[in-house]
Amino acid sequence: MNDMTRMERTVNSKAIKIAASDVQVYYGDTHAIKDVDVEIEDKTVTAFIGPSGCGKSTFLRCLNRMNDTIDICRVQGDILLDGEDIYDKRVDPVQLRAKVGMVFQKPNPFPKSIYDNVAYGPRIHGLAKNKAELDEIVEKSLRRAAIWNEVKDRLDAPGTGLSGGQQQRLCIARAVATEPEVLLMDEPCSALDPIATAQVEELIDELRKQYSVVIVTHSMQQAARVSQKTAFFHLGNLVEFGETGQIFTNPVDPRTESYITGRIG
Amino acid sequence: MTEQHIASAFDRDLETIQAHIMKMGGLVEAAIMGAARSLETRDEELAQQVRQGDKAIDALEDVINEETARLIALRAPTAGDLRLVLSVLKVSANLERIGDYSKNIAKRTTVLTNASEINGSAAALRRMAREVEVMLRDALDAYIQRDAELAADVIVRDEEVDQMYNGLFRELLTFMAEDPRNISSCMHLHFIAKNIERMGDHVTAIAEQVVYLVTGERPTEARPKADTTSQTA
Amino acid sequence: MTDITQTPNAPVPSDKPKGGSLFEKDPRTKRRNAAEGRFKMYGIAAIGVGLLMLVVLVTNIVTAGMGAFQQTFLELDVTLLESKLDKKGNRNIDDIKKVSTFGYAPLVSAALESEVEKLGIQTDLKPKKMAGILSKAAMAKLRNYVVANPDEIGKTVSFRFLANSRVDGYIKGRVTRASIANDKSISSEQLDFVDQLIDAGVLYKAFDPDFIFGADASDQRPEAAGIGVSMLGSLFMMLVVLALALPIGVAASIYLEEFAPQNRLTDIIEVNISNLAAVPSIVFGILGLAVFINYMHLPTSAPLVGGLVLTLMTLPTIIISTRASLKAVPPSIRDAALGVGASKMQAVFHHVLPLAAPGILTGTIIGLAQALGETAPLLLIGMVGFIASNPPDGIVEGFLSPNSAMPAQIYEWSKRADPAFYERAWGGIIILLLFLVTMNTIAVILRRRFERRW
Repeated sequence: MNDMTRMERTVNSKAIKIAASDVQVYYGDTHAIKDVDVEIEDKTVTAFIGPSGCGKSTFLRCLNRMNDTIDICRVQGDILLDGEDIYDKRVDPVQLRAKVGMVFQKPNPFPKSIYDNVAYGPRIHGLAKNKAELDEIVEKSLRRAAIWNEVKDRLDAPGTGLSGGQQQRLCIARAVATEPEVLLMDEPCSALDPIATAQVEELIDELRKQYSVVIVTHSMQQAARVSQKTAFFHLGNLVEFGETGQIFTNPVDPRTESYITGRIG
Repeated sequence: MTEQHIASAFDRDLETIQAHIMKMGGLVEAAIMGAARSLETRDEELAQQVRQGDKAIDALEDVINEETARLIALRAPTAGDLRLVLSVLKVSANLERIGDYSKNIAKRTTVLTNASEINGSAAALRRMAREVEVMLRDALDAYIQRDAELAADVIVRDEEVDQMYNGLFRELLTFMAEDPRNISSCMHLHFIAKNIERMGDHVTAIAEQVVYLVTGERPTEARPKADTTSQTA
Repeated sequence: MTDITQTPNAPVPSDKPKGGSLFEKDPRTKRRNAAEGRFKMYGIAAIGVGLLMLVVLVTNIVTAGMGAFQQTFLELDVTLLESKLDKKGNRNIDDIKKVSTFGYAPLVSAALESEVEKLGIQTDLKPKKMAGILSKAAMAKLRNYVVANPDEIGKTVSFRFLANSRVDGYIKGRVTRASIANDKSISSEQLDFVDQLIDAGVLYKAFDPDFIFGADASDQRPEAAGIGVSMLGSLFMMLVVLALALPIGVAASIYLEEFAPQNRLTDIIEVNISNLAAVPSIVFGILGLAVFINYMHLPTSAPLVGGLVLTLMTLPTIIISTRASLKAVPPSIRDAALGVGASKMQAVFHHVLPLAAPGILTGTIIGLAQALGETAPLLLIGMVGFIASNPPDGIVEGFLSPNSAMPAQIYEWSKRADPAFYERAWGGIIILLLFLVTMNTIAVILRRRFERRW
């Protein structure tokens, strides 16, 4: 049977991009994330699912230290990006975020032109030496985000004038423009209609060829559709982490089963 | 169904499953023909191959079941996609049964090689098997091309298989009445004939799945039944 | 098979709606609707009262203040006698300057006498009394003219002199023959003479630009008092406020809103900023007096000091409004910037600040408008009561030399005894209100123009 082409799934293990071990997160006195160990593979879509308040977004935000902006938030444990602890004192979070890009729940383009939205990251990181190079980066990023054909004639138009789905793809273009290695997505489709959602999901599947993508989603179906690995969080614990098909057809932990079959919320 | 899904991975998954079905169909066709030929030529080796080959068919059915369950869990198919996925399950189950019958024929072939030949029955069985094999090929073509008309044609053709079976049934009865020493062989030959007749029914079921897949409705007209042996006294 | 496909219980429309018809209002609905109607009426009534008050106020101000923009003038041809003005005849400017305003009085009297003769007006008044209907500023005006143009001595020049405030009041209806019974500065005969001059067409009411652009005048010459110099004083103060309060306020707000950690110290600072906004302005005045004048020895009555005091007063307003507009920028914009690897400062200066700018500017303009109208703190640093008789000589002088401010000037006029000043106070209020309305309009336009671009 070895010659048969099976449906896509990660059979052979890939390089580990992010390795988190024994991660604890506290919000003031609340213990939001408890003993989370997870290994995120390169060129793979990893989905975090779980009920509201289970800590999946919190954990996602630990991966590029967006939690630093919240004063009362404390992170313990090791999160290694390519073997380097991102919470090391020597690490500058700004530099880290250029490597670990982020796309947010609500499409949040800057109230500037489409071009400036994408060009912003490369500009502040000095990725382009001149205008021609910058143009090239902008075009490449917009193409990669599968939105180039829709906006190429109106790069000067404000990014806020696009439809919701286009805005979100613009935000993805903005995120990939800085050439990140990991792309974090915090419920990127929750504000979009089903068609726009499908387009963004298709894009995520496309991005998997180049990046390690981590997506937090409320929609189990979305996790099922886009991811190869799924992590189920519940009450701050990582309950189960495994191959997506296995999680959705035959989960190991009874809590996972209850959640994905709609028995606990 | 010519349009693509926005999620191209969904299309790839559906194609993968259908490719499995076609592969399974090919194996089953080969099994039918192998069984029939081994019977006619008393080729024990070929019969052995057919019996071995059934393992691959069974394994393929497992794979299809697993992949289909996965697809339902991950993609939540609806409408035409849902009918396709449901039909895949039924078609693979029917194919698996046909494979089992082929294997059963091959088993009996081993016994029959050592018995005396019953006049002309082997050729009749081969024709019958040939007919079923063509029907299966047409049913699978109809499935791939979403051709409801061809499928309906296959359903009608099952009548011929039933009639061939009726003829063989009477013939074998006659042989057994003539000479009790033939009974053992004739019983085996009868089971083989019955197996082929059942294969025809399973092919018909596949064709019905094609009609359902294309139109969304079960075939309405009662399917032709020409197997009258149950009334034969 | 066929019987299953039929719907077992097809819905049948019922004849009677359950729980009463929708076409009839039940008593509860009626009561609720009535309550809503009453509430709308209260609201409309409240707005009506407000509008009425506004109309009354504006009418009052306009009717009382418009008079200040017009003054009574008398046109006279004055012969600039060399014998009186330049006895030596050498046109030496220093000698000419030795002649005081009193020395010009005979010229004016003579001019008036000859005018009366020319017009054929019959009067028993002596020339000196005739000149009594003119403002004391007339002589000053004549002298200024001669000092400026010594070559004109010996010639006859036509002048337009301000009439005395009593005469002005008489023409505007403020002064009547009955009201001057005990007034030594004007007599019934003089008023008769005024009537004759009006008939002759040389005494008339006209628009007086000096009220808007001129300097204040002493108690005796209300007709000559203008608001122009104190307007300059206000301008210089506003420059100081703008130059200090805007950068300090915006910097403080950005730090507090975007960078400062949340701890007890910042909490205390925040509470105190809010409290400062509610501190009576006179407290800032006394602080200014103590710190800027008594301790730092900055010049009294100077717009610089006034500006510093008003800066202190305006800062909380600007900080509060700036923080509000920074808060109004959605956090998603900050996240977006941080998400692509911008530093916090880049996020603030590239994205947050431009979005908050209209709000910040609006707050600043409103703060400035508030400062522009403020009187109390100026009382204590000596900007009230000072008679701003000369405009400042230059920019530096403008900041450092004593001056008044518009509201201070208005307050000063309103407390002077002569009722003629009362009119000027109202006139000053009209100008001040025009400034404030303009500034608020700019604020509104800015807000409209840049509102919510995200």
